[in-house]
Amino acid sequence: MTRPSSEAEYLARMVPPSVRGVDRRTLLRGALGVGTLLGAGGLAACSSGSTGSTGVPTGAVTGTVTVGSNQSDAVPKAAVQSYMDAFAKANPGTTVKINTVDHNSFQENINNYLQGSPDDVFTWFAGYRMQFFAEKGLVGDVSDVWKNITGMSDALKKASTAADGKQYFVPITNYPWAVFYRKSVFQEKGYEVPKTLDDLNALGAQMKKDGLSPIAFGDKDGWPAMGTFDQINLRVNGYDFHVSLMAGKEAWTDPKVKKVFDTWAGILPLHQADSLGRTWQEAAQSLQQKKSGMYVLGSFLAQQFTKGAEQDDLDFFTFPEIDSTIGTDAIEAPIDGYMMSAKPKNEGGAKKLLQYISQPEAQLLALKADPSVIATNQTADTSGYTALQKKSLEYVKSAKSIAQFMDRDTRPDFASTVMIPAIQSFIKNPKDIDGLLTSIEAQKKSIFGS
Amino acid sequence: MASKRKYRGIDQLSTRDKVVVSLMVIVPTLIVLWLVWLPAIGSVLLSFTNWDGIGPLSGIKSVGLQNYRDIATIYPPFWPAIQHNLIWLAVMFLVATPLGMLFAVLVDRGVAGTRFYQTSIYLPVVLSLALIGFIWQLIYSRDQGLINAITGGTTDWYGDPNVNLWAALVAASWRHAGYIMLLYLAGLKGVDPSLREAAKIDGASESQTFFKVVFPVMRPINIIVLVVTFIESLRAFDLVWVINKGRNGLELISTLVTQNVVGEASRIGFGSALATIMLLISSVLVFIYLRIAMKED
Repeated sequence: MTRPSSEAEYLARMVPPSVRGVDRRTLLRGALGVGTLLGAGGLAACSSGSTGSTGVPTGAVTGTVTVGSNQSDAVPKAAVQSYMDAFAKANPGTTVKINTVDHNSFQENINNYLQGSPDDVFTWFAGYRMQFFAEKGLVGDVSDVWKNITGMSDALKKASTAADGKQYFVPITNYPWAVFYRKSVFQEKGYEVPKTLDDLNALGAQMKKDGLSPIAFGDKDGWPAMGTFDQINLRVNGYDFHVSLMAGKEAWTDPKVKKVFDTWAGILPLHQADSLGRTWQEAAQSLQQKKSGMYVLGSFLAQQFTKGAEQDDLDFFTFPEIDSTIGTDAIEAPIDGYMMSAKPKNEGGAKKLLQYISQPEAQLLALKADPSVIATNQTADTSGYTALQKKSLEYVKSAKSIAQFMDRDTRPDFASTVMIPAIQSFIKNPKDIDGLLTSIEAQKKSIFGS
Repeated sequence: MASKRKYRGIDQLSTRDKVVVSLMVIVPTLIVLWLVWLPAIGSVLLSFTNWDGIGPLSGIKSVGLQNYRDIATIYPPFWPAIQHNLIWLAVMFLVATPLGMLFAVLVDRGVAGTRFYQTSIYLPVVLSLALIGFIWQLIYSRDQGLINAITGGTTDWYGDPNVNLWAALVAASWRHAGYIMLLYLAGLKGVDPSLREAAKIDGASESQTFFKVVFPVMRPINIIVLVVTFIESLRAFDLVWVINKGRNGLELISTLVTQNVVGEASRIGFGSALATIMLLISSVLVFIYLRIAMKED
C-alpha cells in the first residue's frame, strides 16, 4: 500500500477496506448504517490475529516505520518530527513517516482508524482507554520492548499494562493535575497554601473579601470539571475506591460518592460563577490576570501564561486533605505515549522506535516543544527543566498512587455521554445530588452491562 | 412497413439506447439504495443492538427495545432535546422565516441602499458555521464578550441553560433570515408587475396588494420556503455543536446522535435508536408536506 501524502488521504485510509471503493462520504453518512456494518464484516479479518513476538532487534533496523500522530499544533508537531528524525539518524536506512492528524479528529476516529489500516506506531494515552483496545485485540503487545526499558517506575509500567498482564503502551511524557496559583498574588496578600479543606474554605473566604474569585472554573467543554471530581474523590475515598468506581465496580448511589458531591457542593460557592459558558482557557486567563486566586487544572494551564517571568510566577500545591485517614498521597497525572498497532508492517522498526521513545533523549526533545509536561524516564536530565517542571517531577515522584483522568480511567462512552451531562447538571443544581446519582447509576448499569 | 409509426415498446429502441436507458434507471436506483435506504434500514436494525462499532457482524447482540426504554426513562438529555427541537422549529417558523420574507419585501421595494442591505443580510449564509460560532462567541462570551462589555452585565449567554438556547436561536435566525430573504427575493422579482399595477388602479393599499395579490401568486415559493424552514430546523446541528457540543441546555436530537455514535463513545446501537426516533419525527413532517403538495395537484 502506498503511503498517504496528505491528511485527507490519511483520513481516507481510516475507512475499512471493504467500503473504500465508495466515496468516503458514504461511510460518514452511513456511519449509523450499513456502511460501517459492511465494513465491520471485512475488518474482522484485519483485527484478529496476534503479533508474532519477534522481539526487539538489537542492531540497526531498516525500512519505513509509519507513525500516526495527534500532535497537530505547530510546536508539538515539530517536536515529534525532531525525535523521529533523531531515531532515523541513529538507524541509517530507516525512514520514519509521520502522519499528523488534528488532535480531536484523531481521538474521535480512533475506532475506525485501528480497524482500518493503522500506522505501525501511534500516539495514545495510558489507562482504561489503552486497556480497552488491548482487550479488543486492536493493538500490539509490546512486552518485549518493556524488557529492555530502563528508568521507568513501576507505576508507569503498571499504567502501561492491560488486564492480561502484558504491556501495550510506552509512556513518553506526563503532567500533573493540582491546584495552581500565582506566587506573586499569594505573597502580596499574605496567603498561605491550604493544607486541609478548612484551610481552603478560610482562604477562599479571605480571597472573596479581597475581591478575587477564589477558584477559577470553566466547564463549557464538559471535561475540565471531571478533574475536580477526581481530586475530591481521591481525597475523600482514596485511590482504590476511585479506580474501582471508574471501572464500574462500585455503585454511584453509594454514600461514599454522595459525600464527594456533598463536599464539592460545599466549596462550589468558592468557584467562579457561570462556569458552564466559560472555556478552560478563559478561566486560566482569569488566573493569569489575577482576578482568580487558584485553579484546579492540569499543568497545561501554563500555556495561557507567557514564557519566562510569568510562567515562573506560576506554582501549585496538591489538593488539600479532606480526610486525614486518606491523606494526600494519591494524585492525578495523565500519561501520554505511544502504542503499536496489532499488525505493524515493520514490526522490528516499530519496536525499536518504541524503545527509543522510552529513552531520555527522545523525551527531552519532546519537552522542548511543551515545557508544561515532564519526561517519564527518571534518568532524563532535568537541568534544563523550568521551576514548574522540577516541581511537577518531584510531585509525581512522591505520589504513592497515580490516577489518569476520568475520561481515561473509565469507559469513554460512560465518560462522555453520562458523566459530562451529569457533572454539568450538578454544577447547575448542586441540591439534587440523590436524584443525580440515581440517574448516573441507572445509566452506568445499562452501559457497563452491555 | 406500415407499422413503422406504431410504438412497439422497448423493442423499438436500439441496443445502445436500451443500455443507456437501463443504466439511467439502475445507477440512480443503486445509488439511492446504497446511500439512503441501506443506511436508514441499517440504522433501524442497529438500534435494537448494543454494538460498539468494533468486531464482526456476528458479534452483534440484539437487546430488543432496551435502547428505546433507556432513552425514554434513564437518559436525561432526551426529553429536553425533543423540547428544544420543537422550540427551534417554532422560532424558525414564526420568527426567522417571516423576518426573512419581510427583508425580501423591503429590499424588493427598493429602499435606499438596497444592494448594501441585500449583501449584508445575505452575508451570514456565505460564512462557514465554524466562523459563525466564533463570531458569536466573541459577542456572547461572559467575561470577554461584546454584549457584556457594552452593557456591563454578567449574563452567561452560552452557559446559562435558560438563556443559551435563545442566544443560539438569535444566531441561527440571523443566518436563516438571510437565506429565506434570498429565496423569497427571487420569487418576488418573478411576480408580474402588471398584477401590482392592476391592484393599485383598483385602489388597493400596499399591504392589501401584498397579502391579497402577491402572496397568493407566490404559492410555489411559499411552499419551498416552508420546506426549507422545516428541513433547516430539523437538521439544526452545526451551530449548536460549535457552541458547546449540544450539552447543557442546547441538547438537540441530532447532537445526541452524534455524541453517541461519532467519536470514542461508539454507542452505535444507542445512537442508532436516537437516529431512528429522529427519522420518525421527520417522517411525520414529510408526510404532512406530501399531503399538502399532493392536494395541490
